[in-house]
Amino acid sequence: MSYQIILNMILALTWMFLTTSATGSSFVIGYLLGAIILYLFRRFFDTPFYLRKVVSVVKLLLIFIRELLIANLDVFKAILRPKLELKPGIFSYETTLKKDWQITLLANMITLTPGTLVMEISPDNQTLYIHALNIGEIDEMTAGIRDSFERVIKEVSE
Amino acid sequence: MNAELISEWIAAGFILSGTSLTLLSAIGLIRLPDVYTRSHAASKSTTLGVLFILLGAFLFFWINEGYVSIRLLLGIFFVFLTAPVAGHIICRAAYRSNVKLADRTVHDDLKKYMKAD
Repeated sequence: MSYQIILNMILALTWMFLTTSATGSSFVIGYLLGAIILYLFRRFFDTPFYLRKVVSVVKLLLIFIRELLIANLDVFKAILRPKLELKPGIFSYETTLKKDWQITLLANMITLTPGTLVMEISPDNQTLYIHALNIGEIDEMTAGIRDSFERVIKEVSE
Repeated sequence: MNAELISEWIAAGFILSGTSLTLLSAIGLIRLPDVYTRSHAASKSTTLGVLFILLGAFLFFWINEGYVSIRLLLGIFFVFLTAPVAGHIICRAAYRSNVKLADRTVHDDLKKYMKAD
């Protein structure tokens, strides 16, 4: 992926030399033209076209911001109820992610979303132990949400 | 309404919602029963509160004075990176030094794991 980015920058530099203008705007134009060329030549690289990955990073960011807002609303609803009706608990969650940075990202996102907090990660990187504010109802619901997180993280890293 | 006034309203809205989020999470710190549930309130809501306040300050200086403060954006980024890790580490240390869960806790998978460990 980084190889494709560097190639795109070199193409942009080539465009700047061809037009003999060393300005930011000609770099941007050259970069866009280079991106089109890289897209047309995508089958010669052994990794997929890199802008697709950028799109999935943006998708991950948007999902994350939405979940963050929902999470906070849920927590405040729980806090401001006159009588606390919480059923906290710890449950285990099996993950299929392999690399360390993927698991760090997943754990950070779980910690920042609906009433869940990562407490422990097993040494073999397969099980996350998650503390939930309201375990009964949330269990299945967050499983779906986390599947979407995990899916998009996989999409980013493949 | 001119653009400056609108920008002031937007920035004020962000800062006000940020401070009220921080206040709510402080209430959560008082009301919730044990360390683990408290760190829910602390790590999530204060992060979002600080984010809103910094974003409000950023927008205010950008639109009113034309000054783009990269440092505020970096501050948002760093808070986002570090706050959940801090919450995780505090909870983990608490569990490992046998701090009790609240009585209403219904489910504990971690106990088995710690015993096996």
